[in-house]
Amino acid sequence: MIRALIAAVFLAVFSLAAFAVNPDEMLQDPAQEARAREISQNLRCLVCQNQSIDDSNASLAKDLRVIVRERITAGDTNEQVVDYVVKRYGNYVLLKPPFQADTALLWLLPFILMVVALGGAWTYLRQQPAPEEGDAVNDILDK
Amino acid sequence: MKLRMATLLPVGLFAVMGVVLAVGLNRDPKVLPSTLLDKPLPAFDLPALETGLPNLRSAELQGKGLTLINVFGSWCVSCRYEHPLLLRVGKDTRFKLVGIDWKDAPEDAKQYLATYGNPYAQIGTDQVGRTAIDLGVSGAPETFAVDANGIVRLRVPGPLTPEIWDKQIEPLIKEAEKAS
Repeated sequence: MIRALIAAVFLAVFSLAAFAVNPDEMLQDPAQEARAREISQNLRCLVCQNQSIDDSNASLAKDLRVIVRERITAGDTNEQVVDYVVKRYGNYVLLKPPFQADTALLWLLPFILMVVALGGAWTYLRQQPAPEEGDAVNDILDK
Repeated sequence: MKLRMATLLPVGLFAVMGVVLAVGLNRDPKVLPSTLLDKPLPAFDLPALETGLPNLRSAELQGKGLTLINVFGSWCVSCRYEHPLLLRVGKDTRFKLVGIDWKDAPEDAKQYLATYGNPYAQIGTDQVGRTAIDLGVSGAPETFAVDANGIVRLRVPGPLTPEIWDKQIEPLIKEAEKAS
């Protein structure tokens, strides 16, 4: 019983260390590998859709990871690597959509809604008759 | 007047929400727009599935009317679903149907086609998956329609259905026929 419990705890703690990136995919140069990881973390896995290719075990994600590393070794900058993938899969592969004409609404809507809400609140509060000085405080003190 | 405003506003907001949600319901977020649409087909040169047959080359698909490129694999379950349709349209001579066997063992693919029939005029194998990525393939099956100028006119992710065929592919076939 206790053994099983220990085994369960052991599994729960140490199974977290599983990564999708296989050692044989990794680049020799740690700096380049770090760049590859950084780029991969921002590219969407197209099969699983809400994982990055860095997290995913899907075979397409693996292919893309390999391509990212290939481009880096070929001397591409991070932007060039991302462009290479975007050219094939569109902005959809970017987990963080870029700010441009067709995504402007996506980025600006929260701020627009905030302005509308603040404007609404301000007009509403202005319409309320101003409470007499100290009323609220007296109310609380009376209780 | 004030009361009317108070009643109309929620009703109006409700209507706007309703329209937005209705549009949202009818859009499939899994269908990704292809970046290749109306652009030239990326170049590829894929070895044939059967040894001895010519490679499937993107350059050779040009100037020959409409070509349908079907990305498949023996491991792909939905490919079996669309297979009967491919067999049926494969006999059509108004266009050329070619297959790209994606990330598949050649023996498995041969077995698959021997069992279910081979609808393709030509088959190229992409075992490393590089051409599939150049095409922006996210999963099999996936079908591309390429016109005589080598321009990608349509991408259908997922299995072809008679409805997709009639509404999206048939018009392209007709157009290609007129052009030639």
